[in-house]
Amino acid sequence: MMSTVQLIPAKKELTVVFGGDWSIETPFENVSDFETLAKSPFSAVVFSGESVRRWDSSFVATILHFITVCKKEKKSYRFEKMPDGALPLIELALKVPPRDLPPRANGRKPFLDALGETSLSFFAGCADAFSFCRQAYASLRRFLRGKAVLRKSDLWLALQEAGANALPIVSLICFMIGLIVAFVGSIQLKLFGAQIYVASLVAIAVTRVMGAIMAGVIMSGRTGASYAATIGSMQVNEEVDALETMGISPFDFLVTPRLLALSLMMPFLTVYADITGILGGAFVGIVMLDLSPEEYVRATMNALKMRHVLVGIAYGASYGVIIALCGCFQGIRCGRNASAVGKATTSAVVVSIVLMTVDTAVLTFLFNMFGV
Amino acid sequence: MTDFLTVSDMTVAYGDNVVMKDVSFSVHEGDIFIIMGASGCGKSTLLSVLTGLKEPAKGTEVFNGTDFWPGTPENRKNAMRQAGILYQSGALWTSMTLAENIALPLEQYTNLTAAEIRDIVALKLDLVGLAGFQDFYPAEISGGMKKRAGLARALALDPKIVFFDEPSAGLDPVSSKNLDDLIVQIRDTLQTTIVMVTHELPSLLGIGTNSIYLDVDTKSAIAHGAPRDLLKNPPNEKVRRFLNRGA
Repeated sequence: MMSTVQLIPAKKELTVVFGGDWSIETPFENVSDFETLAKSPFSAVVFSGESVRRWDSSFVATILHFITVCKKEKKSYRFEKMPDGALPLIELALKVPPRDLPPRANGRKPFLDALGETSLSFFAGCADAFSFCRQAYASLRRFLRGKAVLRKSDLWLALQEAGANALPIVSLICFMIGLIVAFVGSIQLKLFGAQIYVASLVAIAVTRVMGAIMAGVIMSGRTGASYAATIGSMQVNEEVDALETMGISPFDFLVTPRLLALSLMMPFLTVYADITGILGGAFVGIVMLDLSPEEYVRATMNALKMRHVLVGIAYGASYGVIIALCGCFQGIRCGRNASAVGKATTSAVVVSIVLMTVDTAVLTFLFNMFGV
Repeated sequence: MTDFLTVSDMTVAYGDNVVMKDVSFSVHEGDIFIIMGASGCGKSTLLSVLTGLKEPAKGTEVFNGTDFWPGTPENRKNAMRQAGILYQSGALWTSMTLAENIALPLEQYTNLTAAEIRDIVALKLDLVGLAGFQDFYPAEISGGMKKRAGLARALALDPKIVFFDEPSAGLDPVSSKNLDDLIVQIRDTLQTTIVMVTHELPSLLGIGTNSIYLDVDTKSAIAHGAPRDLLKNPPNEKVRRFLNRGA
């Protein structure tokens, strides 16, 4: 049997008779009639639950809705023959009056408000990032003077994490990138019978910038994200507070080992990425373009200049600093809940890749300007 | 009795949102001082201010004769070397074993040899009933054990004062009682002053010697005194209801 609501108007009172089976699984009885009738000049409303057979939260929610309408229309109300247990539940719900809280901002803000807030938040974020970099620099100086508090084992672990443990993924991705560059290049070069220049193309592209960029993107997603998640989780668990109150700088203990590890390892990873990228290119050259290994090596060595390798290393070193700073910044500034850790991790990757792109553009411009 | 910690007219705010205003109290040496109040009244925020993690908007804190707020960062750092803190979650460093957790402050602030540090670590773990667990990681022990390990770390440097943030939170009644007993033993044997944020009635009535009640509506301290005295003679209805579980 469906739930029913019967409205019986009298001279001074409006009686609301509830009946049937009330279940949260079926739609509630239409209550708009009550809202219309409540505007009539009754002084009181009587809620009668005499005919209710079964009830659950849907019944109580409907009555509470009617009570809200009564209060709005300034009508008194009372209950008659309510089912067992329903009245205490209604009283419990009405026990604490709603707090008079300021309205929450909902919906879209006016364009200028949103623009202003975004701008202020951007500049505040920049100032915060600058302050973080300054503190990281001060911590690095303390480390160089031997005054920073950090465990050597943490530094070795960070070096291992950012170095040796990253080799398998760097090998795979950079080999594939070398392979793709060679394959795409060979399609065009074959048209002119100039397949041998695939070796030069791969050697220069990979060593000068591609190796560093690929290593940077991999390390951003792997190590930068891990820094943000680890330090962010430590924020959530109050571990960073514990360090601070013990007089141990979180910059010395958490940021400096990671910054040092990634900055020191990135140049090596870049060189490693260069080598695996060239091997990927060689695979295409030898297997698909029928070049002999000797030919390929000779062509690579002719094209490869030390300045290309050094330029790549410069890119890689700068990426290492950027990724470590972004990861640690997002971790240290992480909020105190699980979703904040996720947000910090995502931001660490996104911001570091954006900054790496800007850094690449600036360095490329400078290298071109100085003819490197 | 000498005052170990004196807070005067302390106001704390997050931006424009004042969470506590004009709070004043003193913690005497050897006290088990309780900061109590309903959820959301700012107890943990006050603890953050007392331990130097958050700067107050106004007011002063004198920590064992040292100007803490306002004061230099060096002052605060030196003052906190006399303090230990047990956080609500234990806040053990998860990448380190229990022994390494306790050893870190000893390595940082003492010139003890590795063997001496090992002995001190073993003693601290013995004191909190965790002998033999030195090579365990925090993830490998229970919530109650984490609290006790956190206490062992807080006691590593024989602090003059220990701050506790909701020590009984998440513990069963027996573990909670055991932790209370341990806190009293530490106060009695090591002459440590205790400041404890809690709203656990059995704990605060059982071991508290002095307290303040922070009111969530007025954002101020509306009662001072020993919790048991406040239970007998509540200064107002809010405190009476709080100490009688709302009755």
